Amino acid sequence: MTDAASQSVLPVLGIMLPATGMLLMLLVGGRYVEWLALVLLPAGLAVAAAIFAAVWREGHTLTYVVGGWQPPLGIALRADGLSAAMMLVTAVIICATGLFAGPQFSQPRGRPERRAPLVFWTLLLAIWAALNAVVVGADLFNLYVALELLTFAAVPLVALTGGTETIEAALRYLLFALLGSVSYLIGTVLLFAAYGTLDIALLSARVRPEPISWIAASLMTIGLIAKTALFPLHLWLPPAHAGAPAPGSAVLSALVVKGSFFLIVRLWFDAMPGLLNLAAAQLLAGLGAAAILLGSILALRQSRLKLLIAYSTVAQVGYLFLIFPLAGAAAASEPASSIAWTGGWMQLFSHAFAKAAMFMAAGLIAEALGHDRIAELGGIARRLPISTLAFALAGLSLMGVPPSGGFVAKWLLLLASVMQGQWWWAAVILLGGVLAGAYVLIVVGKALAPAGAAVAPTAPVSRRREVVALTVALGAVLLGLVPLQPSELLQIGRLDVHALAAR
Amino acid sequence: MTIFAACAALLMGLGLFGLITNPQPLRKIVAFNILGSGVFLLFGIVARRGAAAGLGADPVPQALVITGIVVAFAATAMAVALLLRLFADRGDTRLDHESAAGTEPARDDCRPP
Repeated sequence: MTDAASQSVLPVLGIMLPATGMLLMLLVGGRYVEWLALVLLPAGLAVAAAIFAAVWREGHTLTYVVGGWQPPLGIALRADGLSAAMMLVTAVIICATGLFAGPQFSQPRGRPERRAPLVFWTLLLAIWAALNAVVVGADLFNLYVALELLTFAAVPLVALTGGTETIEAALRYLLFALLGSVSYLIGTVLLFAAYGTLDIALLSARVRPEPISWIAASLMTIGLIAKTALFPLHLWLPPAHAGAPAPGSAVLSALVVKGSFFLIVRLWFDAMPGLLNLAAAQLLAGLGAAAILLGSILALRQSRLKLLIAYSTVAQVGYLFLIFPLAGAAAASEPASSIAWTGGWMQLFSHAFAKAAMFMAAGLIAEALGHDRIAELGGIARRLPISTLAFALAGLSLMGVPPSGGFVAKWLLLLASVMQGQWWWAAVILLGGVLAGAYVLIVVGKALAPAGAAVAPTAPVSRRREVVALTVALGAVLLGLVPLQPSELLQIGRLDVHALAAR
Repeated sequence: MTIFAACAALLMGLGLFGLITNPQPLRKIVAFNILGSGVFLLFGIVARRGAAAGLGADPVPQALVITGIVVAFAATAMAVALLLRLFADRGDTRLDHESAAGTEPARDDCRPP
């Protein structure tokens, strides 16, 4: 591992910058918190871009060994191609959310100080630090701590507006998350008991397919599934994501659920590559397929816009789990496997952009109308054309219409499932696309309909925020311009873990 | 050793059962803490088992368990804070009724006498 990696301080900077910023915000208090964010967001974006550029240019993993203590005694941080891509997407979405949230969570001069801006900006940076810690963590216990930080930052964001429903949603989210975290912890201690290390690279060489590793892997996976809201543990997600304020929903749906998904992949592909057999992979993807169908059908039945989008997240998260049978059953070097690998991650990135844009647009629509009942959206496209366009463009990516990131993702997944003869996943992908088309068209159709008597915007909507939503939606579309082939960047750092396992 | 391991398993089983079957959030939180105690005990057992000759225990699981306790404490504090706020707002702490359905919330057994 060490021969194909270079030492770099960048991964630790990616975690420490937002974490330090968060603490500074608590120190300076509500009046200056916005200005601090104005400095910190671009700085964090620059660090993420630097990591991405370094991994891209050098073609191997960046490593930072904390305190100079080598694993297994110490803790390492590793940024491989996947971490670099995740960090960049995270940084872009967080910065866009910051721009979008600026007017909503600002502290006007001369007015009495409000608590919401301070809490929002602190939590935004906390989520950022935790996500960066999740993607570069190389030690299972360290990842546990990162995952908890992520949950503790995400739960209060749900309850930020303080309404009774949102507090109930936050509490339900937290109870699911507690079950998930303790389940993950049991798995961690079992692995430590069996193999004496928690470092992912060392584990990948030591783990053997035996009962204790199976139990540990199942417990950790169940825990992480509860936090990812995969069917059947998705019940907490719709009220929580729909109840949060719009910028919060955008971050929660676009990024936070992906953090725990990322760990499931780390666990099965990197920490225990020998354990991923066909049955386990089919089971995970089966749950994913059920999530796609059930989530889409429930989305169709919603009468409120934000709940529709939240159920769509349940469905779109299901696609991610198709990566297990399609990329995991064959060797990593096989073309079908690397196609599915790229497709799965493209789905994650494009969904992040599309869903953030959708929640932003829905937030603006709800702000203008004072409600988000789909039946009463008639003619909103005339009042808020930019927001409606952002929603529609994001919807195109969710459906998988070219050119969009969603199209690339679903096309690659389809291709991989046909190449491997697992045609049943292809059927699910296509059906999910049709259902997504249906629920997006319900909303867009209503928005474009001739104005009824009911539509009269009650509040003005900032043009700048509309443009941010549109830009994020365009990001989802522009992802469709990446070459339609397996990405080499996402493979960086993957093969040497496998080489290590084979040694 | 064996008796500690059996205790850990028992605590984890009890906690998990409580966490899944109890509908009331406060009992769920207590069950989570029982489950957590079982896991922390398991950490202690792993530390004892992994000890080198002449040492009392392997220090790594003991370091981990301190972090684990801190995390569980923070989680409990946050859950209780949310629960208190919910109780102050609504007068009950049930999670199972649909807020939008307009149904009368059923009488609650968490209400103080």
